[in-house]
Amino acid sequence: MAYLTRSPISLDTLLAEVSAPERGGTCVFLGTVRNGPEEQGVTAIEYSAYEEMVEAEFGRLLADADGRWPEARIAVRHRLGVIPSGEASIAIAAAAPHRAQAFDACRFVIEEVKRRIPVWKKELRIDGSATWVDPSGRPTARPSDLPSHA
Amino acid sequence: MTARGTGTATIRVRLFARYAELVGRAETAVSVSLPATVGDVVRRLRDEIPAARALPERPLAAVNLRQVKLDAGVRDGDEVALLPPIAGG
Repeated sequence: MAYLTRSPISLDTLLAEVSAPERGGTCVFLGTVRNGPEEQGVTAIEYSAYEEMVEAEFGRLLADADGRWPEARIAVRHRLGVIPSGEASIAIAAAAPHRAQAFDACRFVIEEVKRRIPVWKKELRIDGSATWVDPSGRPTARPSDLPSHA
Repeated sequence: MTARGTGTATIRVRLFARYAELVGRAETAVSVSLPATVGDVVRRLRDEIPAARALPERPLAAVNLRQVKLDAGVRDGDEVALLPPIAGG
């Protein structure tokens, strides 16, 4: 299964992968490149990844989701490369017999992506500057201030 | 501690995103005496490549495509990846 793409994400493709008559609730999450007041002129984000590990970890993540919601079907794509503001970087479709399962499974997947999937982003600004982003969504500190991880 | 084996191991080290920029390369190899841990690999990298001292002493790490703690053991031929704070989605 290829969870990564360098092309715009097709929501129709994801929905086709999870839809079935017995699944009456489908929840879709789209994460898009943001350019709000806090982003200071972000025109695009360049996404990069440890691609082999992303594919392996998505497989493990979806297996975990299947263990929790065995009646649900989930499809996910993460886009890499330079993505203009307003376009989707990630899409998740979760379909289940009932809406609660679909919402819960979709939320689980995006939260686990934020925690487990080795993808990084560099904000590209209208003034030509570029800044790596840390998990809190804020630009990274100077090298000497890099965090440690226990 | 889950280090395994004796002798010397050659470890492929991969760096990504900001860490690759800081060190000036995306991939290298280091030799460590066994038994050895991921933490030993990080220390060896920082010793051998001056620019690698800009990396944190305790980065996120993966061995063979799985996140591990720094006291995880390594074997000859393993791939150790040092991962900047994950920022996907």
